[in-house]
Amino acid sequence: MPDRPMPAFPELDTQAYWDATKDKKLIYQQCSACNTVVFTPRAHCTGCGSDNLKTLQSKGEGTVYTFSVVRQNRQPAFAEMGAYSIAYIDLDEGFRMLSTVVGVKDPTTDIEVGMRVKVDFERQDSSEYLVPVFRPA
Amino acid sequence: MAQERLAAIVGLYEWPKRKDPGVSAMQIKAASIKHALDDAGLSWKDVDAVYDAGDGEGGGLGAVAAYLGLRPNVIDTTQVGGSSYEFHAAHATRAIQEGKCKVAVLSYGSKAATQRIPIGTGGGRAGGSWSTNMEAPYGMTLIANYAMVAQRHMAQYGTTSAQLAEISVATRHHAMRNPQAVQALHDMAVQNIGELTVADVLESRMIADPLHLLECCLVTDGGGAVIIASPEVARTTKKKPVWILGSGEALSYVTNTGDITTSAAAQSAPTAFGQAGVKPSEIDIAMIYDSFSITVAVMLEDLGFCKKGEAGAYIEGGRLRYDRPGAPALNTDGGGLSSNHPGMRGIFLLMEAARQLRGESTSQVPNAKLAVAHGNGGFLGSLHSGGTIILGAD
Ligand SMILES: [Zn+2]
Repeated sequence: MPDRPMPAFPELDTQAYWDATKDKKLIYQQCSACNTVVFTPRAHCTGCGSDNLKTLQSKGEGTVYTFSVVRQNRQPAFAEMGAYSIAYIDLDEGFRMLSTVVGVKDPTTDIEVGMRVKVDFERQDSSEYLVPVFRPA
Repeated sequence: MAQERLAAIVGLYEWPKRKDPGVSAMQIKAASIKHALDDAGLSWKDVDAVYDAGDGEGGGLGAVAAYLGLRPNVIDTTQVGGSSYEFHAAHATRAIQEGKCKVAVLSYGSKAATQRIPIGTGGGRAGGSWSTNMEAPYGMTLIANYAMVAQRHMAQYGTTSAQLAEISVATRHHAMRNPQAVQALHDMAVQNIGELTVADVLESRMIADPLHLLECCLVTDGGGAVIIASPEVARTTKKKPVWILGSGEALSYVTNTGDITTSAAAQSAPTAFGQAGVKPSEIDIAMIYDSFSITVAVMLEDLGFCKKGEAGAYIEGGRLRYDRPGAPALNTDGGGLSSNHPGMRGIFLLMEAARQLRGESTSQVPNAKLAVAHGNGGFLGSLHSGGTIILGAD
């Protein structure tokens, strides 16, 4: 199967996030000034504008906020995949990320809003970065 | 509150063909502007403001003005997706109020059908930015993004696919009364042309769960133009003016704890209704961006026609048809679901609202006085825009 489309660099906000995937780490940010959880990665706090952000490692455990199952995508990498899910996952640390739920028998029937999931890292053939995906917990 | 007549739609033209290999997007714009000026009884030289989202061949940098051969005093190339034209109408109204211009044209042209642009099924998008780098690996198509809103709406409020299907059924009913829409269904090789049932919608192919094919808009060619004029000019034009009474603009996007079932309309609509001094219950015509069934359901709630979470029950029983009392008539031209969707259909919302208030619709609501046009652009489940325009007849 062809690789998933991968992030392109240089890109200053998301470099550290993707670097961390090489060590199977899911990272997020929190503002040291006002405690706002910041995601997707940025250089400033979305709550107060401060640039004093700390980087934290997520346990990778969360809940499916919502999802869809894509039956048709004309892009080659996905055209070969068959029906696949996309989902917003609410991580327990308080951030919401776009990802996919894998490791279910049939994505059209086996995924539910509210189900508990845990992160996994999917290796690609031609990229040093791993892709965070989620499996039923 | 007294309604203030801020500016008026005085001319309009909708490109009649949905598949038109023999014309360019820029030609659609230029010809549509001429027709819309004729509709108003105004001339090419009267135009002193151009609003255009920069689509079409070589259309960036405000190039449409050069292509037209105009030298407008006001140029606005706001591009916020499908709702760009509600934003343009809002901006034109303000520019007219400031005295910067008197006759503004809004233009649109697209060859999405001829060029076979995969608008709904073309994700994931290429990487390289703060946002695309976080989305690219997952293959989130536009349809799937909207579908995630539907999935959450169903889980949170118990909304059903059968309820959402009513939106497709009502808009098809209107399309079958509109000869251009019927022709479009033929030109787009739509399989079952005719009235739809809820069962037809539910039996159509699943594209991205829970959205079925017949809950997704067409991909067509098309375009058109709208002329917005000052109140002084509007009193001299050919057709009766359709007054712009209020406007609102907003963006919304995914946040860590936000409610994905609430759209930018929840911010833009109160602004527009407030300025107009109009209540949602007074609205006769609801022109709501129907890229997908769920788009309409969410916006009926956010525009204030029903409470959040109650759209499913609200739309049951064909309530949004033009000939049913108790609710506004929805997308009486057939909408994006059954008439045309060249990519950014916001301009058609203004046009059909104006036709209704003029008494020219093919699904005319008798004595229609007040309309809302609400455009939605981008990705409803993440970054999207909402533009609300309240329109009134004398
Ligand atoms: Zn902060």
